[in-house]
Amino acid sequence: MSTPNRRPPPSLTPWLFLAPAILFFSVYVIYPVIQSVMISFLDWDGLGEKTWVGFENYRDLLDDPSFYTSLKNNVIWLLLYLAAVPAGLAVALFLNQSVFGIRLYKSLFFFPFVISNVVVGLIFSWFYAPNLGLLPNILDWLFGTPIAVLAEEDLVTYGIIAAGLWPQIAYCMILYLTGLNSINSELIEAGRLDNAKGFSMLWYVVLPQLRPATFIAVVVTVIGALRSFDLIAIMTSGGPYGSSRVLSYFMFEQSLSEYGTAMGYGAAIAVVLFAIMLVFISLFIVRMLAQERNA
Amino acid sequence: MRKHLSLTGLTVAASLLSTPVFAEELIINLPRSTEQSIEATENLIAAFKEAHPGIEVTWNNFDDETYKASFRNFLAANPPDVVAWFAGNRMRPFVEAGLFEPIDDLWAKAGFNEQFSAAESSMTIDGNIYGVPYQQAPWAVFFNRDVYERAGASEPANFDEFVENCEKFAAIEVDCLTTGTVDLWPGAGIFDLINLRTHGFDFHMQLAAGEIEWTDPRVRETFENWGRIAPYITADNAAIDWDGAAALLAQGKAANYVIGAFAVKTLLNGGMTEDSLGMMSFPTINADVPRAEEAPMDSYHIPVGAPNPDNARLFLEFVGTPDQQTAYNATTIRMPVNNQATPVDDKYLNIGFEMLSTAEGLSQFFDRDADADMAKAAMEGFQEFMARPERMDDILERLEATRQRIYK
Amino acid sequence: MFPTPIENSSSLIRIGYKVILPIALFLWLLPLLGIAFTSIRPAADLDAGNYFGWPSNFAGVENYTSVFTRSNIGYYILNSFKVTIPTVIGTLILSTLAGYALAIYNFRSNLIIFFLFVAGNFVPFQILAIPVRDLSIDMGLYDTSIGLIMFHIAFQTGFCTLFMRNFIKALPVVLIESARVEGVNDWKIFYYIVLPLVRPAIAALAVLVFTFIWNDFFWATIMSQSVSVRPITAGISELKGQWKAAWELIAAASIIAALPPVAMFFMMQKHFIAGLTLGATKG
Repeated sequence: MSTPNRRPPPSLTPWLFLAPAILFFSVYVIYPVIQSVMISFLDWDGLGEKTWVGFENYRDLLDDPSFYTSLKNNVIWLLLYLAAVPAGLAVALFLNQSVFGIRLYKSLFFFPFVISNVVVGLIFSWFYAPNLGLLPNILDWLFGTPIAVLAEEDLVTYGIIAAGLWPQIAYCMILYLTGLNSINSELIEAGRLDNAKGFSMLWYVVLPQLRPATFIAVVVTVIGALRSFDLIAIMTSGGPYGSSRVLSYFMFEQSLSEYGTAMGYGAAIAVVLFAIMLVFISLFIVRMLAQERNA
Repeated sequence: MRKHLSLTGLTVAASLLSTPVFAEELIINLPRSTEQSIEATENLIAAFKEAHPGIEVTWNNFDDETYKASFRNFLAANPPDVVAWFAGNRMRPFVEAGLFEPIDDLWAKAGFNEQFSAAESSMTIDGNIYGVPYQQAPWAVFFNRDVYERAGASEPANFDEFVENCEKFAAIEVDCLTTGTVDLWPGAGIFDLINLRTHGFDFHMQLAAGEIEWTDPRVRETFENWGRIAPYITADNAAIDWDGAAALLAQGKAANYVIGAFAVKTLLNGGMTEDSLGMMSFPTINADVPRAEEAPMDSYHIPVGAPNPDNARLFLEFVGTPDQQTAYNATTIRMPVNNQATPVDDKYLNIGFEMLSTAEGLSQFFDRDADADMAKAAMEGFQEFMARPERMDDILERLEATRQRIYK
Repeated sequence: MFPTPIENSSSLIRIGYKVILPIALFLWLLPLLGIAFTSIRPAADLDAGNYFGWPSNFAGVENYTSVFTRSNIGYYILNSFKVTIPTVIGTLILSTLAGYALAIYNFRSNLIIFFLFVAGNFVPFQILAIPVRDLSIDMGLYDTSIGLIMFHIAFQTGFCTLFMRNFIKALPVVLIESARVEGVNDWKIFYYIVLPLVRPAIAALAVLVFTFIWNDFFWATIMSQSVSVRPITAGISELKGQWKAAWELIAAASIIAALPPVAMFFMMQKHFIAGLTLGATKG
C-alpha cells in the first residue's frame, strides 16, 4: 500500500539523484576554481605562511618574459591546432568510400587518438631525436642538413604542435566521418542536378550539413590546444631555455615542479589560462542554450 | 618498491595483494637509474638488513629528473624515512621550510665530525647539520684520444690551446666540446669551471650566493671566455641528455666532454677504453688564479615527519661508516666522502682524487651553490648562451633582474 | 554520398585510390611504425648507428622481456587498472543518476546545474591542481589510488552527465510518462525503465572514460609518487628519464603502455566512436 508520504515530494527527488554528482563536482571542481583564484592573491610557498599581496602576482606576470613566451606559444598552439579541423575533414573525405577493407583503414587512421599523449610524445621525441631520429635523417638525406627540431627555439613549438596534430586530426576525422554518414543524400542529388561538383558541392551543400560536426571539432580542438601540457612535459620540459613553454606548463613549473614553490604565482597563471578558456566555454554554452531553447 | 627487479606480472600481483605487516619498517626514496647504482644500493640495503634484522626496508626508486621534480611534493605530503638529496644551498629551502631533521647529535655520536670534516660545512645550514654525504664525483674534461689523434691535436696545456684545438676538430667535422642540456644542469658544469678558472673560487661562490651583479664586467669576462668555444659546442645540445652527449664522445663525434666522473662507466660501456678515454682538469684560463674544482656531493637526509625516525637514524649512521662508504663507492666507482673509507683503485678515480686534493677550493655545483630559483633561471641562460652567444647582454640583464628579485 | 563513390569513377581512379590508400596509411602511421620497429631492434644496432636498416636480429622478445625485468612496469600497469576501473564505475553511477535527474525533471535550477557540469568539463587542470592536491594531502589521499580515483570521478562526471542527460532526453518520453501515471516510484522508473535503455550510452562512456583515465598524465604526475601508486603514464615518463638513450627499451615500453586502450578501442570500436561523436550529427 502506498501512501503519498512514502514518496519524497517531487521537488526533492531530482536532488537526490543529483546529490552525489553535485557533491563530488563541487568539492573537486567548483570549489578548487574559487580557491585558486584566492591563492592567486597570496604569496605562499605551499608550506609556510600565506601573505595577502593583492594583485602583485599579476603585476609580476606582466614583467615576466616567460609569461609572454607562454602566451605567444598558446596563441600559436590555438591557431595551428585548428588546422586539425580542415585536415580532419580532408582525411574523412578521402576515406569516405566503400572499397574493400575501408573499415579497417578508418580504424587505423583513427587510432593515434587512442594512444596517450605521453606515448605520442615519446614517439615524436624519437622521430625528432638528433642523430638517431627519423626526421633529421630524412632531412639529412634530402637536403644534407639534419635539423634537431626540439633544440631550435624557433621550431620547437611547431614540432610539438605537429605531434599534437597527429591524434587531433584523427579525432576531427572521426567526427566528420560520422557527420558524412548522416548527410542527406537527396540534397546531394539535388546539388548534382544543379551541376554542383567537387569543391562547390562541398562548400555549398555538404559543409552546411556538417555544421554540427564542425562545431564539435572546433570546440574540442580549441580546448585541446589550450590544455596542451603532456607533450611539452614529455618532449622538451618547456625548453630549450623555456622557449616552448605554454601557460599550462609554465604554471606547473612555477608551482608543482622541483623549483616550483610559488603557489600564488602559479595560481595567477592558472587564472589567466582559465580566463582565456572561459571565453570559449561561454561561446559553447551560449550555443547550447540556444539549442535548448529551440528544442 | 618491493625490491624484486626481476618480477613477472604474476608475482607483482601476488606481492601487492599480500602486504605483509612488519613490526619495524624503513621507507627510503632514492633515485637510482644506472645498473651500478642500483646494485650498490641493493647491496647497501642487504647489508643494512643484516646488521638490523627485523627492519623491513621499502625502497621507492625513481629516475633522477622525476625524483627532483616530485621531491618537494612527497617531502611535504608523504615523507618517507630517508631521502637522497644534495648538499649546500640545494637543501636550504627544505631546511628553512622545516622539512629536514637536524642530525648534529647523530654526527657527534658516530664520530662523523672527524670522518666527514671536509664535508661538514656543505652539510651545515644556519649552524645545524642536516645530512650524511655518501658520494662525490669531480667534474672534469673527458676526452677521446682517438679523435685527438685524428685531428692532430695534443692535450691542451691551457685554455688558449684548448680553443686552438677546436679549430682542428672543426676541420674534421668533430664537435670540440659536447654536452647535453635537455635537463639543463650539464651546462652549469661548463659555466662553473670557466668561471672558476677565470676568477677563482671566492668570486664564483659570491656570484652563486647572489652577492655579485650578473652585469658585472667580471661576469662578462667569464662569458666572453665561454663565447670563444661556444661555436664549437654540439649544436643540438638542448635536445640531447647527458647520456646522448656521452654517446657522441664515445662514437668519436665529439672530442671533449665536460661532465662529472659519474659518466665514466657510461663512456666505457659506450665502447671507449681506458686507452682512448682521457680525463683532465679543465684547462687554465688565468694562470694567476689558483685552481679550484667542482665536486658535487650527494647525501642522505631524514625528513621531518618520517614515520620511522629511529630506523632512519640507524640507516644514516650505517651509510656513513667507512666500510659502507667504501663498499658503495667501489660498486659505483665514485669517491667516498668519509675520510677513513678507501676509494677503489681506478684510473679515473685516482686522477679525480689528485685533482681534488690539490685544489684551492671545491665548489658543489651551480644549482647547489645558488638559490634554486636563481639556479633555474641561470641554467636556462647558460643553455641559451651556448645556442645564441650573441645574446650575452640580454641574458645577463635578465639574470640580473632575477637576482634582484630573488635576493632582495 | 559525398564525395562521389569511387565505384562510379573510371577504373584508373579506382585503381589509383586503392594504391594510394595503403601508402597514405603507411605515411600516417610512420612514426608509430618506426617506434614499433625500434622496439624489436637489438641494442647493439642502435649503438652501431643502425637506426633504420633491417634489424641485425630479432630482439623483440629480449627487449620486451627486459622492459618487465628491468623496470616496475608490471606495477605501473596494475596501478593504472586500479585507478581506471573504479573511476569508470564511479563516474557511470554518478553521471547516470545526475543525467536522469537533469533530463526528466523540470525544476528551476535545472539548466544552471547542467551548464555548470558542462563548463566544469572544460576548465584547465592547472586551476584545480593546487587546491586538489592540498585537499588530497589533508584527507591523507595524496599518493594513493583512491585520491586519484576520487578526483577523476568528479571531473569525468561533468562530461558524462552532459552525455547521459542528452541521451536520456532523446529516449521516448511516453514510456516514462505512462509509468508515472501508473504511480511507479521514481527509483523504479530509473532502475527498470531508464537503466536498460541507456545501456548503449553506458557502454560508450565506459570505453571513453577508460581511455581518458588510462592516458591521464598530469594528475598521475602531481598526485602520485610511490611505485605502488604511480600509473603507467607517469611510470613510462620516468622510464624515459632512466633509460635515456636506450630507445629499444623506451619504444617497447611505449608500445606496452599503449596496448590496453588500443585493445579496448578495437574491441569496443562502435561504442567508442558513438561516445566521441555525440553531437556531431545533430544540434
